[in-house]
Amino acid sequence: MAEPAAVLELAGIHKSYGRGSSLEVEVLHGIELSLLRGEFAALIGPSGSGKSTLLNLIGLLDRPSSGHLAIDGAATAGLDDRALTRLRGRRIGFVFQHHLLIPAFTALENVMLPMLAARGRPDGEMRQRASDLLSQVGLGERQHHPASQLSGGQQQRVAIARALVMRPSLVLADEPTGNLDTQSADGVFALMRTINEQQGTSFLVVTHDPRLAGRCDRQIELVDGRIVADTQRTG
Amino acid sequence: MHPWLPFEWIAATRFLREGRMQSLLIIVGVGVGVSVIVFMSALLTGLQGNLLKRTLSSQAHIVLLPPEEIARPQRADAGVLQKQAQRLRSIDQWQNIRARLAAMPEIAAVSPVASGPAFAVRGEANKSVTLLGIEPAHYTRIIALDEKIVAGSLRLNAGEAVIGNELARELGAGVGDKLRLNSASGATDTLTITGLFDLGNKGVNAPNVYVGLRTAQTLLDLVGGVSSIDLGLVDIYSAETIARRLTAETGLQADSWIKTNAQFFTALTSQKVSSNVIRFFVGLSVAFGIASVLVVSVVQRAREIGILRAMGTTRGQILRTFLLQGGIVGLCGSLLGSLLAWLFLSLWQTLARNPDGTPMFAITVELWLVLVSAAGATLVGILAAFIPARRAAALDPVVAIRG
Ligand SMILES: Nc1ncnc2c1ncn2[C@@H]1O[C@H](COP(=O)(O)OP(=O)(O)OP(=O)(O)O)[C@@H](O)[C@H]1O
Ligand SMILES: [Mg+2]
Repeated sequence: MAEPAAVLELAGIHKSYGRGSSLEVEVLHGIELSLLRGEFAALIGPSGSGKSTLLNLIGLLDRPSSGHLAIDGAATAGLDDRALTRLRGRRIGFVFQHHLLIPAFTALENVMLPMLAARGRPDGEMRQRASDLLSQVGLGERQHHPASQLSGGQQQRVAIARALVMRPSLVLADEPTGNLDTQSADGVFALMRTINEQQGTSFLVVTHDPRLAGRCDRQIELVDGRIVADTQRTG
Repeated sequence: MHPWLPFEWIAATRFLREGRMQSLLIIVGVGVGVSVIVFMSALLTGLQGNLLKRTLSSQAHIVLLPPEEIARPQRADAGVLQKQAQRLRSIDQWQNIRARLAAMPEIAAVSPVASGPAFAVRGEANKSVTLLGIEPAHYTRIIALDEKIVAGSLRLNAGEAVIGNELARELGAGVGDKLRLNSASGATDTLTITGLFDLGNKGVNAPNVYVGLRTAQTLLDLVGGVSSIDLGLVDIYSAETIARRLTAETGLQADSWIKTNAQFFTALTSQKVSSNVIRFFVGLSVAFGIASVLVVSVVQRAREIGILRAMGTTRGQILRTFLLQGGIVGLCGSLLGSLLAWLFLSLWQTLARNPDGTPMFAITVELWLVLVSAAGATLVGILAAFIPARRAAALDPVVAIRG
């Protein structure tokens, strides 16, 4: 069975906050977007334009006010919280700006977390996969360190390994390099790029760094809740 | 991370371990609460058991007597209802009744008794006594007279008697001495003292003279009859209910120890009620303590909960993680509490002593008490965690991660 070419399809997505109150604001106004398997796209735009909001919708952390959203060809509209959680756990990996590891867990355990949540209890295969991924992101030596004792760049690498552990179709990264110095940022970005090329995982990366955005296959620009530009890098 | 432990257990223990100070304080708090409950329960069980033992060591659980005779006018002109003069009466068909009683599963022992007033005479001394004719083998299953013998032995063949050591002192008699008994009906018998007992209760000690059933029947002019049937029960607290039922079934008057010791029993009951009230409120404050710590923990961990949710953790998993934390705190606290209670009790027992240095009475922290309090505290912990756990599960991951 051939997998659908689009990992993500959005059609007519609207998102309002404070619905039903006098403070209701619409943040996204009819987003049309699709992302192909293996694409590495940057989501750019000024602060407050709705990038994080859009990422949360795609990541099934929040629901659109209206519109069609499909992950790997599966529409999400009618799903309950449990089903959304399942889908999120299996198909989507998250990397946040502030690393957001669980400090009480070691690096290895943080990477195992999505598998642990999905399967209920740890097993050897899970441990092996997490360990392999940590080696892949260059942290093979630091597996058993508590997450809180790693540097910012190291934590972000752990977060990337964690995002990949379930072999998701799509990794969503919200300013993954925002807190890092240029050198670490380049390292983290290069790592994501390598994984994208080797494993064909799609990435949607929010960034304020034009230099990094320029190294993506595609740049999607959001202004005031509307996509104003969507350009493929040529050459 | 042990391979067999579920996610919820791993997360719950990690969270508790990470919040070291908070966890420690609340476990100690729960421990103090549980120790109060365990200490109080053990003390009360010991105290009440001791009092009950003392009370019931010298009386039957139920005493069956002939029905009270219906009072009838003695003289036509008096027109006053009067009780008939006390006269020893036998229980009709007592052998039949005895057999029926012995067959009831809730009755542990049946002992027919022929008793009545008499005078004990020895030389110049003359004492009013209560003569009790018993079958020792049955009687001792209700009142452990055999264990209370301080001199001689409990041997009640024809012509033999066992008396209290107090009475023996007053009469100046000892084991092997002769004792003459005069009953109210005018019969007389001379008996050999085979044993002295000490029931540890002066009122009972002084006037009792035990003889064989047959000896008493002859002396009391009650040949072939018994004046009462003593019963020992399996469950002493059902005495009153069983007594009522026996009255209805046999027509006999049935006096339960609960009725004969009404004040004592009321005191026991109210002690139990007040200790339950204390238990309830201590349990409540333990629950509030656990709940408040977990509420704070949910607020502190909002971000982590948000990440867990983003990583595919379900609401149910989050809910159970926090319920489990409540349960673990309750369990650890209760084990600590049992230990503390045991320490208190040991201390208490070294301090609370009789003037002669022996412990006032034995109290122990029994295993069932530890198990019950552990189960209770775990349950209270889980229930207390319910509100915080629901809040944790309901957290909006978007808000939690951004916050
Ligand atoms: N929960 C909310 N309730 C009300 N308004 C919200 C909420 N979340 C976001 N907004 C609003 O939606 C708009 C878009 O916010 P969003 O966080 O998506 O912007 P962004 O593009 O990610 O900005 P930045 O680059 O600064 O991260 C903002 O005006 C913000 O105030
Ligand atoms: Mg943002």
